[in-house]
Amino acid sequence: MMQKIKPLDHLILILGALFLIAPVVLAVMSSTHSAVWIHTNGIALLPGTDAYATYKKVLTARGGFTGDVTGARMILNSMIMGIGFAVGKIVLSMMAAYALVYFRFRLATLFFWMIFTTLLLPLEVRIMPSYQVMSELHLLNTYTGLIVPLLASATGTFYFRQFFKSVPDELLEAARIDGAGPVKFFFDILVPLSRTMMAAIFIIMFVYGWNQYLWPILMTTDEHFYTLMRGIKSILQVWVGSQIPDYNEAFALAVLAMIPPVFVVVVFQRMFIKGLTESDK
Amino acid sequence: MAEITLKNVGKTYAGGVTAVSEVNLEIRDGEFIVLVGPSGCGKSTLLRMVAGLEEISTGEVAIGARVVNKIEPSERDIAMVFQNYALYPHMTVRENMAYGLKNRKTPKGEIEARVAEAARMLELNAYLDRKPRALSGGQRQRVAMGRAIVRQPEAFLFDEPLSNLDAKLRVSMRGEIRKLQRRLGTTALYVTHDQLEAMTLADRLVVLNGGRVEQVGTPLEVYHRPATTFVAAFIGSPAMNLLDAHVVGGRVILEGHDMGPAQAPDGPVTLGIRAEELQSAPRGLPVKLDYVEELGASRILHVAAGGQYLAFVQSPEIAIPEQIYLTVRPQALHLFDTATGARIGQVPAPVAEPVP
Repeated sequence: MMQKIKPLDHLILILGALFLIAPVVLAVMSSTHSAVWIHTNGIALLPGTDAYATYKKVLTARGGFTGDVTGARMILNSMIMGIGFAVGKIVLSMMAAYALVYFRFRLATLFFWMIFTTLLLPLEVRIMPSYQVMSELHLLNTYTGLIVPLLASATGTFYFRQFFKSVPDELLEAARIDGAGPVKFFFDILVPLSRTMMAAIFIIMFVYGWNQYLWPILMTTDEHFYTLMRGIKSILQVWVGSQIPDYNEAFALAVLAMIPPVFVVVVFQRMFIKGLTESDK
Repeated sequence: MAEITLKNVGKTYAGGVTAVSEVNLEIRDGEFIVLVGPSGCGKSTLLRMVAGLEEISTGEVAIGARVVNKIEPSERDIAMVFQNYALYPHMTVRENMAYGLKNRKTPKGEIEARVAEAARMLELNAYLDRKPRALSGGQRQRVAMGRAIVRQPEAFLFDEPLSNLDAKLRVSMRGEIRKLQRRLGTTALYVTHDQLEAMTLADRLVVLNGGRVEQVGTPLEVYHRPATTFVAAFIGSPAMNLLDAHVVGGRVILEGHDMGPAQAPDGPVTLGIRAEELQSAPRGLPVKLDYVEELGASRILHVAAGGQYLAFVQSPEIAIPEQIYLTVRPQALHLFDTATGARIGQVPAPVAEPVP
């Protein structure tokens, strides 16, 4: 199908693309200049010469109050948060949804709506009780404490519930006749069928975990648990005396922080779109 | 291979809706039984109770010598073919067929042998490594049958397996199912709403209506001696003409015309006459032509006798006469009670015997 090229449409598209790309370009370019340069000239549109030094410093130089947390360590922590969140949430919400959809137990609908209404409550609302529970369990400053309390996911449970409901009943019946019990049915039939759905949830939850800021600040005081988000913040927090904040390093960390989510989206993108639009049945 | 016995089987859903009641049926080893009836008559529910997918509210189902009421579907030694195939979309044809055997811990070599044998029988060899979505409807149905065959079950249960196929494919698959079942000699219970499918497949038909059995019999028995007006109207195409008539002194009187002898007491009756049994003749019941349906090989004339409409079949070679008179052989008169719809009296033995 040949379509007439409409210049106005293209103009709008190009402007839109520029508008969205501009901040990223500014961040990348600025991260290649020195802090002083940025302080005097403002953020940069063209590449500078300090790229190697900045990124090397950000990744390997020890910083923080204790002086032994590196950028690489922060990336690792963020990675653990992101993957831990995504995997944990998928596992938990799949199991919850399986129970809700396939097992008839009393008050199942009530439980579902109880889970569902927590969607309306942001983390901040229950952050104090959550903190107290973790504190009493002595899980402050641990990865377990960072990840586990946030694993229950109403969104994930809801998505998987809707997906399981759309799986035809005959498939379950055929499996029953084929001698597959509840566990076998789950692993042999439902899990493979949910692959695209899992990819979609993985992306959403990975980014969610990766971007966590408030929770890690509360849960960890040990700098070994610093995530990238906190690292960026702490670089800019040095307005003391005549210090210039290390803008370049903040930009470099921000650029680094973008890479994994982008990578995850690119890898899972096709499955993600399939998971959200079509059901492969 | 086994008999299936249903004793007083009934199903009442939570909420008090009764879907099936008091079904008694003895299915012989190797027999092909078709459950037929309009939608909502309980035929699928009955099948699903035999399969174990639906709990049995009352009565008893036995497969072979075993009462299976409380036995899991996978333990009942049955295989089921579903209307929408219910193939596992993420498995290849081979894996689909092997899945049930794998769960039963059948040795690998034997699984392979059985799948190969089923694939050969169903001509699926070329498709063994494909996923179901890459197959046509007919092929998917074959895979579903293959999945049933490899199990070598005591009985096959078919739940309207051909309803999703187009008309032409349905006819050929019908033949294949029949041949396959004969060859394997496995007892089969088959649900359909299509009376033609029921007639062509069944050793015996079970006609269901409103959750009750209306009649059990061979296709020809059911066709020639319908037990009730419901069966009479349901089996056969075009449907049997059911007319209000009277018996007076051992004769059936329809719209003031003597149609023939009747072994019934005087009073109103429902007179059933198959469209194929009516013939136009120089003398007989005078009717007025309403409209004509041309079928190519035959022609259905819809006519009115007094205030009642009836249909009859005529060869297209015969010109439609200006004034039509209809006659019918005395054997082809079916009398039914007007109130209960039950058949009255015996009609002489059916004309045709089933082909062995």
